[in-house]
Amino acid sequence: MFSKRTFSLLILLLFTSINHDVFSAEKKGDDFNMGEMIMHHVLDDYRYEIMHGVSIPLPVIIYSDSGLEIFSSSKLFDEGHNALEEGYNGVKYYHGKLKPVDPEFAFIDLSITKNVAFLIMTSLIMILIFISVANGYSKKNTPPKGIQSVFEPIILFVRDDIVKPNIGPHYEKYLPYMLTLFFFIFFGNVLGLMPAAANLTGNIAVTMTLAIFTFLITNFSGNKHYWKHIFWTPGIPLIMRVIILPIELIGLFSKPISLMIRLFAAITAGHIVLLSFIGLIFIFQSFGVGIFSALFVVGLNLVELMVAGIQAYVFTMFSSVYIGLATEEEH
Amino acid sequence: MELLTPGTGLLFWQAIIFFILFLVLSKYAWKPITESLREREKFIEDSLDSARKAEEELINIQKKNEDLLNEARKEREKILSEAKKLSNSMKDDAKSNAKDMADKIIEDAKKVIEAEKNKAMNDVKNNLAELSIDIAERIIKKDLSSDSSQKKYVEDLIKEINKTK
Repeated sequence: MFSKRTFSLLILLLFTSINHDVFSAEKKGDDFNMGEMIMHHVLDDYRYEIMHGVSIPLPVIIYSDSGLEIFSSSKLFDEGHNALEEGYNGVKYYHGKLKPVDPEFAFIDLSITKNVAFLIMTSLIMILIFISVANGYSKKNTPPKGIQSVFEPIILFVRDDIVKPNIGPHYEKYLPYMLTLFFFIFFGNVLGLMPAAANLTGNIAVTMTLAIFTFLITNFSGNKHYWKHIFWTPGIPLIMRVIILPIELIGLFSKPISLMIRLFAAITAGHIVLLSFIGLIFIFQSFGVGIFSALFVVGLNLVELMVAGIQAYVFTMFSSVYIGLATEEEH
Repeated sequence: MELLTPGTGLLFWQAIIFFILFLVLSKYAWKPITESLREREKFIEDSLDSARKAEEELINIQKKNEDLLNEARKEREKILSEAKKLSNSMKDDAKSNAKDMADKIIEDAKKVIEAEKNKAMNDVKNNLAELSIDIAERIIKKDLSSDSSQKKYVEDLIKEINKTK
């Protein structure tokens, strides 16, 4: 059973690496720039590139004084996929970002980027999966079957081993958020490893949003005891209270920042390492290095799968711990 | 550095879409799932509880049955011994009754005998008196000259009386 599953996993991961190869195949030669290739994969973009040369233009949304402007990102490029110098609607594409053509022009970029498109896809996949899981429960008190039996143990794990022990008796209120958080990170991580996927959970904007959600929930559910501990730590001399106050305030913000950085760094680092090994093939252009790198990438992909689970677990666990600390009763 | 600057668009969409995802999943997935999981856990716990209770009840019933059986056995013994006692006492009663009756009969018989005896005695006395009077009459009628003849006469009389008797 295990070997069969491992085998299919290997096949899947092999395809992943093959796809990366195809992706970068055109770039081989003297003009191959590894750093550029890696950054291109890791960063957000205004087109959804499935393979090199095969990309779907995405809508660019710009909010400025003159209102909302929506147009296709293909308007920013010429036929050779090079950014147009004159731009469109006052903006131009410059090194992966939208820049104003006229420096005076101020706007907010709300474009559906590659990551936003991937975010929508991930969310839709999650909704489809979990609603079909929920449908399995329409019959009362029957054993789980099908997709339900895949996710039920994970849901129980999140509930019984992450949320319940860390938040304490009032955990039920936070359970939906924690489940959404866990599965969003998990799906984002795993789907991000797929070929032609975006580096969603390795983007700092995504992890920042998640960290802010946890920060807000933590501090809005914080009780009197929690705030008292921050602003007027009981049980210590007066002078120590004054010294401790800024430390506590730093702690307040370092918690979500650590959440943000940890997930972002773990996932982005994984992608960079994977891409570096694939890049080696194009630098050395030898069969030996190719086979070696491909095998190494397969192994790394397995490690990345593990990291995907671990990071989802860690983010959810620390969120629960912070909420647990904020809602803890005086002892 | 670009890696570390969050894109405004992605921040905006991530916040909105994640919130929508949270709302949709909470309502249509987590709520039914966690509720039915809890329900199922409760169901399993209840089933185990009721199974345990049923077992206890079975043991109780068995114990009760045994108790009942023991009681019935005791009752039987009690009834038997009572019956024995009753029969014994009845026997004793009958015996004493019979004895009493016999005693009474004997007593009555004794009394009758006594009465008969008394009656007989009275008769004897009466007869004796009559006899004496008879004798006296006859003595008075005859001339009693001598002692010897008197004596002879008395003897004759007695003989006579005895003969008549």
